[in-house]
Amino acid sequence: MLLSIENIALASGILLILIGLLGALTNKNIIRMIVAFSIFDTGVNILIVTFGYMPGRTAPIIDGAKVTAQNIAQVAIDPVPQALVLTAIVIGFGVTALMLVFALKMHEKRKSLDINDYTDLKW
Amino acid sequence: MLKNSFIALLVLAFGVLLFHGVVKLYKVPEKLNRTAEFYNSNEASQIGAANVVTAVVVTYRGLYTLGEVTVLFLAASVIGFFLKRKKKTAPVDAKPAGSELMTTASKVLVPGSIILGVYVFVNGHLTPGGGFQGGAIIGTAILLLALANPTYSISKKVFHWIESISGFVFVAIGLAGLLLAGGFLDTRFLPNGEMLSLFSAGAIPLIYSMIGLKVGSEISGIILELNDTQPNQD
Amino acid sequence: MELFSIILLLVMGVATIGSAILALTTKKTDVAILAAGAISLFASIFFLVLASPDVAMTEAAIGAGLSTFLFFVILRKTEQNAEK
Repeated sequence: MLLSIENIALASGILLILIGLLGALTNKNIIRMIVAFSIFDTGVNILIVTFGYMPGRTAPIIDGAKVTAQNIAQVAIDPVPQALVLTAIVIGFGVTALMLVFALKMHEKRKSLDINDYTDLKW
Repeated sequence: MLKNSFIALLVLAFGVLLFHGVVKLYKVPEKLNRTAEFYNSNEASQIGAANVVTAVVVTYRGLYTLGEVTVLFLAASVIGFFLKRKKKTAPVDAKPAGSELMTTASKVLVPGSIILGVYVFVNGHLTPGGGFQGGAIIGTAILLLALANPTYSISKKVFHWIESISGFVFVAIGLAGLLLAGGFLDTRFLPNGEMLSLFSAGAIPLIYSMIGLKVGSEISGIILELNDTQPNQD
Repeated sequence: MELFSIILLLVMGVATIGSAILALTTKKTDVAILAAGAISLFASIFFLVLASPDVAMTEAAIGAGLSTFLFFVILRKTEQNAEK
């Protein structure tokens, strides 16, 4: 079936990755590049979570009614990708904050956010 | 313009490759793989946390979480290093006070948000949520406080101390697991207790509270550091 | 229930891709930042439908809330810098 939950999520994740990559490579403004990087990040997270998803199953949380300790292996999905993405989002925040502070420092030095004004390492 | 179309072509090629790989390799899984099967079926008897994701984050893959908290700490300290505040001179242009709406709303919302954050990370082993989410909510509360009172500078020392102590206690609990139970960050040295009650799942509530405090104080530190920097005059 | 989830995800997918294209093509930086925040918010609904409420909470709190704010603070600081 083409229009299933996981196919839509996979397509959205891949498109987000591509748009983020394109934005990071073509934008001239440093802050816009960082925005594109955060879009890329979201796309990767959606992709990883989708790989752990199984249709018709529910979250791996034992509530005593629908999911119990006995049947959890039959009704719940894979917890490992969720745990990985949980930490990846927090790391992504830290990295974004670091990139933004670098951008601020660069702007303080040269008063410009245009990447073409920074040619020190160009050869 | 030629450069941009070249980049677009490159990204398109990458996208075709990625799409092809995903279409070729991805199959809708019929049953859990062996790792997930082990975690899901043995978690209730081994660890006793209702939320399996929490058990994976805190105990089974606890070392990853320790490394993750370290990375966040490094990011926060590098930001603090870059935005080193100059010695406090008399403020040249006093920042405008926050609007009355913000000040009044912050008085109501900040204590509530902090309590919500604490609730989220204390109940991390029973419901969705945990240290990272609770820490982010606490960070948002501090952010609201900083936005509403721009002239009032909040001491960052308190957050540094909370962060250091909670990090230390996190590692100490991990070492206690090494000495008293099966290995580093093994939480079974405290009794498992009754499932779905607050004091259950060994030391998981303790560790997740420490993670929550640490993440919350790190995010608050980043925000306060950013809020305090004045554009330098030179 | 299944059909409802699929329709919801379709709408969310179109909104997400639309916001991403908006973030890429707009002239104003603050519109791009807001679009990135909206993408995070839609992604948290994605995570909820994909049966991972933990991730959805984290994404909503950090991606949509804190990062968006951080971008705006830095943008305002650079503008203040430029005025000096």
